[in-house]
Amino acid sequence: MNNLSPLSELTERWLRPAVERVPRGLAIGIPYAWLLIFFLAPFAIVLKISFAEPQLAMPPYTSIFEFLNEAGDYFSVELNLGNYLLLIEDDLYWRAYLNSLKIAAISTALALLLGFPMAYAMARAPERWRGPLVMMMILPFWTSFLIRVYAWIGILKGEGLLNGFLQWLGLIDQPLAILNTDIAVYIGIVYSYLPFMVLPLYATLEKMDESLLEAAADLGCRPFKALWKITVPLARPGIIAGSCLVFIPVVGEVVIPDLLGGSETLMIGRTLWSEFFTNRDWPVASAVAIVLLLLLVVPIALFQRHLLVRAEATR
Amino acid sequence: MAISTPGSSAARRGYEPWDDPNATPILKIAALSKSFGPVVAVDRVDLNIFKGEFFALLGPSGCGKTTLLRMLAGFDRPDSGSIMLDGADMTAVPPYRRPVNMMFQSYALFPHMSVERNIAFGLKQEGLPAREIKARVAEALALVQLPDHGKRKPHQLSGGQRQRIALARSLVKRPKVLLLDEPLAALDRKLREETQFELINIQEKVGITFVIVTHDQDEAMTMASRIAVMDRGRIAQIATPGEIYEQPNSRYVADFIGKVNLFEGNLVGGETPLVRSAEAGCDIVLADAPGLRAGQRLWVAVRPEKFEISREPPPPGSTNCLSGVVWDIGYLGDVSTYRIKLDTGKMVVAAEANRVRRTERTITWEDRVYLRWTPRAAVALLN
Ligand SMILES: Nc1ncnc2c1ncn2[C@@H]1O[C@H](COP(=O)(O)OP(=O)(O)O)[C@@H](O)[C@H]1O
Ligand SMILES: [Mg+2]
Repeated sequence: MNNLSPLSELTERWLRPAVERVPRGLAIGIPYAWLLIFFLAPFAIVLKISFAEPQLAMPPYTSIFEFLNEAGDYFSVELNLGNYLLLIEDDLYWRAYLNSLKIAAISTALALLLGFPMAYAMARAPERWRGPLVMMMILPFWTSFLIRVYAWIGILKGEGLLNGFLQWLGLIDQPLAILNTDIAVYIGIVYSYLPFMVLPLYATLEKMDESLLEAAADLGCRPFKALWKITVPLARPGIIAGSCLVFIPVVGEVVIPDLLGGSETLMIGRTLWSEFFTNRDWPVASAVAIVLLLLLVVPIALFQRHLLVRAEATR
Repeated sequence: MAISTPGSSAARRGYEPWDDPNATPILKIAALSKSFGPVVAVDRVDLNIFKGEFFALLGPSGCGKTTLLRMLAGFDRPDSGSIMLDGADMTAVPPYRRPVNMMFQSYALFPHMSVERNIAFGLKQEGLPAREIKARVAEALALVQLPDHGKRKPHQLSGGQRQRIALARSLVKRPKVLLLDEPLAALDRKLREETQFELINIQEKVGITFVIVTHDQDEAMTMASRIAVMDRGRIAQIATPGEIYEQPNSRYVADFIGKVNLFEGNLVGGETPLVRSAEAGCDIVLADAPGLRAGQRLWVAVRPEKFEISREPPPPGSTNCLSGVVWDIGYLGDVSTYRIKLDTGKMVVAAEANRVRRTERTITWEDRVYLRWTPRAAVALLN
């Protein structure tokens, strides 16, 4: 029997042979080069800007390095910590951070709650249905993300589709104010990021040996309890991967809170955006970005280490 | 009817409840059928299995053994028929409420739990106190001779050890019937043979009724008190290993269990039952022919080791005597098998124990030989 999902078949049949033909040193080098060029270099630039001061010029920040200045030093570095101090002093920033983390956490939980049954149903569907179901999960990506979020405005607004439908049913007589609230933001985020939760979950659930559930039933365990005791623990890698794929980008999400949220929907991505483009204060914006990165990277790194230690312990 | 106190085995004590009209079976399967679309996997199966039996379902791959077992466990719903366990109708009872347990072909050990927690899983579902669970887990681990492996995870065990843990897990709940789906199939040959005897010992110790599925005839012959041979969803014959071998009821069973030579012929009327067979090239005398009519078509089945091979020609006109030349010799150490091409063109197999040293063997390639057998050594088959 061919147990490969379309995704893993893709990697097994095409990606792996292609990768294996590449010389070993190069194969290891490519991801590192990628990381260096597209992550570390921009990170260094942003880090540098975060220690500068804004100025009305091009570029709109001062240089922190000076060669041969008036004082006669050959080389001096001037670090301005004011941007970071501002982040601590002005509660706007840390409220935005906290609110972003809160919205990301709740959205991740909602996506998990919604995505798990979906992924489970897909994984347990007859084999010939699974490919099309995965396709349907991916299909929304064929339209622009922006357009899909815009479409939600049409659905959620006062005289929009949802309110029209609820009024037609007679459930409400006044339109509900959903658009420009946190609720609209949650709807938009969960809708947009659901595939990132469902696909990794599906990949782990599909691999799960169904006879394990039969064994649990055979040993006297009712189906719902078996879900808790067997399925969920075995789906843990998928739950972790899906949650990371949702949580991390949602913390920095800009478009959804901007289009669907209200003026009081405080998210750090929006703050960052307005620092860059409205206030044109690049150094503060860079400091915001650096702190956001640390906020995300440090817990993830710690968690990875914890997983590694656990894996070693059970080996 | 105290037949299954620990340490006794129904079959090996000579107790044969299946021959006792007053004995009540612990498991009573009646007219059980199951189809998957157009495929009839199990076809009107009737079976009575008695307490303490080691019962084997034997048949080639795809004949419906697993499906039958899964219906007994409750994973598959029968299309029709009934399953009675110890007097209670199990047909519609879900698996988690059946007092039977199954050992899976894939073992189905929970990979995220230690061996101990795997074994304890079923007991926890019963809500037993922690102290008793601990004691029974230790007891089960001792039974399968892995007392120190409780803390390991399944992936840290060898195939043979996993097999034992799966057995311990399915035994620890003390089911009324234990179902085993090809329990030894994943082991290599030597381990498989050792484990066969160990399974028998364990079954005798715990006194639980075992229903085992296998496609390996040696396994069934070694372990089982009775065997049901299956053929495309149906039961072809139910009997003890000895009866299955010596008195198969059809060509299918005779052919499936061991090697057999079949000679097609017609019954000639008269005092002694005589078969005229063009394939054999001689007349065959049967020991008895109850209920057979003159002129009836039948097959005479002779096992290879029942032949007496000789180079001396018999007196002319002898019955039960084949003549041919040696085509091929297989030396298996303990026995030699001869493929002999009869004068009629038919190929037969004869086997002889190597009682003398090989260098002194008298029969060799292209020798003309004569095969004889006593009427009692052959069976007449009608289909
Ligand atoms: N879930 C299923 N769906 C469709 N056909 C099945 C299923 N399970 C078994 N079958 C078919 O039923 C027949 C008997 O299968 P099985 O009981 O597994 O045989 P065995 O265990 O003797 O090898 C086979 O033809 C098999 O293809
Ligand atoms: Mg099978």
